[in-house]
Amino acid sequence: MAVFFLRRFLQTVVVLLLVSLVVFLGLYAIGNPAEILLPDDATAAERDAAIRSLGLDKPIWVQYGVFLANALTGDLGTSFVYNTPSITLILQRFPATLELALSALFIAIAIGAPLGLYAGLRPGTRLDRAIVTGSILGFSLPNFWQGLMLILIFSIGLGWLPSSGRGETGTIFGIETSFATWDGIRHLILPATNLALFKLALVIRLTRAQVRETMPLDFVKFARAKGVSERRILGVHVSKTIAAPIVTVLGMELGSVIAFAVITESIFAWPGMGKLIIDSINRLDRPVVAAYLLVITFMFIMINLVVDLLYTVLDPRVRLGGRT
Amino acid sequence: MTALETSRVATPSRWRPVLREFSESPGAVIALAICVLLLFAAVFGPWLAPQNPYDLAEISFFDSRLPPLSTSPDGHFYLLGTDNQGRDMFSAMLYGLRTSLFVGVASGVLAIAIGVSLGLIAAYAGGAFDAFLMRFVDFMLGFPSILVALMMLAILGQGTEKVILALVVVQWAYFARAVRATALSERSKEYIEAARSLGLGHARIVFGHLAPNCMPPVIVIGTMQIASAISAEATLSFLGLGLPITEPSLGLLISNGFNVMLAGLYWISVFPGLLLLVLIFAINIVGDRLREVLNPRNAR
Repeated sequence: MAVFFLRRFLQTVVVLLLVSLVVFLGLYAIGNPAEILLPDDATAAERDAAIRSLGLDKPIWVQYGVFLANALTGDLGTSFVYNTPSITLILQRFPATLELALSALFIAIAIGAPLGLYAGLRPGTRLDRAIVTGSILGFSLPNFWQGLMLILIFSIGLGWLPSSGRGETGTIFGIETSFATWDGIRHLILPATNLALFKLALVIRLTRAQVRETMPLDFVKFARAKGVSERRILGVHVSKTIAAPIVTVLGMELGSVIAFAVITESIFAWPGMGKLIIDSINRLDRPVVAAYLLVITFMFIMINLVVDLLYTVLDPRVRLGGRT
Repeated sequence: MTALETSRVATPSRWRPVLREFSESPGAVIALAICVLLLFAAVFGPWLAPQNPYDLAEISFFDSRLPPLSTSPDGHFYLLGTDNQGRDMFSAMLYGLRTSLFVGVASGVLAIAIGVSLGLIAAYAGGAFDAFLMRFVDFMLGFPSILVALMMLAILGQGTEKVILALVVVQWAYFARAVRATALSERSKEYIEAARSLGLGHARIVFGHLAPNCMPPVIVIGTMQIASAISAEATLSFLGLGLPITEPSLGLLISNGFNVMLAGLYWISVFPGLLLLVLIFAINIVGDRLREVLNPRNAR
């Protein structure tokens, strides 16, 4: 276990170094930041001074060393647009994204689990096939297009819900959240639903498979023989058994939901990390883009590490037999 | 030489039952017909379109923002309406479809070429190369594809060839993994041993004999991946990171329409979106059917 962990740790370090190098070369070394920072009428002397103060006169590997050393102390540069440290900007936006992602997972389970349960209990029926085909359709619908349709139907057509922004937020237990106000919840519904649709097909298929696997098991037969009502068997015994794997898989999907939130946030103008990165790319705000790329890579490596560790704990064969 | 000839003779008889089984599902046949129709429309788009939407001489600003089925004062009929600049939406969609399909197919074909080659070599060679490549594949697949593409385009900037490159980087790992798995079980079969005994070179064994027998999963994944590449390109273009404005794909058309959708001009965004949806859905249905038909567990 210790060897496994150490190896994964080294791998993580190497990957982060490589990504930082790519980000550095791609965003900093190509093109001269001094040209962007300086006004057009700057004199040659001013330009030289700026280049020297930014350290751009040094060899490239020295510049990379400085970039890396700063990054390690949490300094990933200052945003050209907001004039605040880019890491602060990203962390400020993170709660909004997390709120959106968690709400989306909740909605996906709330809608998907009953559908999957129904389909799993009656495999082969017309409704089951409709649900399964529907999940292929859900798979095919590009996420951004679903978002547009939600806006078209519920904001423009019916006028029920707002189409952009986060609305009013309040504080619950010292955390700023949209759940605190009715306005905040109204603003959250459409983007969260949009993001939920993206995982809905997965929840339906997963629940369906789990139900089909669980129903023929002995404990279900035993409960039936004992005279437990069918409703109680489903609601208590089966639900408890299938809940754990579904929640585990969805927890592992949290990372990809956060990644896909980029699209949802752009459509609904949700002030999270995803909208920040798209705005920053379009405004050529390089420090924020670089910081985002490093933060998100780090986050995903951590998520994948936790997932791998979970698998190792749950299934020792991974540890013994595999190359991992 | 003998082995090669047999494999050539065997090919038609191998594919005929596949086709027959495929056509047993009416839904899949309809989906395939739609795919062929859309492919035809994309290839011959410039000749089918009533106007060239990017030739300023052909569009009239006075005809802008016309709803579907309207006729302009000077006698032009607009089946699906016009956009902000007075472009015929139907023509713009044909051109957009062309761009979307081109990007999807080009990136798919390149990703297949790279992924399949690496996967085959890894399975055939084994050892350190195999271990390293598969570790790398696992790593790549650990990141959501849209995120990797987004990161690459954030660094590279806009452009058709950059979008294709980003999509290839995202997709090749799926093919490498699938082909390696199939090739590992194929490698120990007799025909490979026979080819070895004949003294054929490694390259010829891998690409001439091993590769054709590893194609079924590649065809299935390839179909699905082209659909997801088209979807990804549309998403990236919608976010303003994909194709340049000079080559509008369906995603960019939808994005342009989104800006005026709140003003009630729904058709500029809705029709390209529906076309995109039909395209992706049809390809996925075909892919799903191919998976059922080509699955080795369903004994033929």
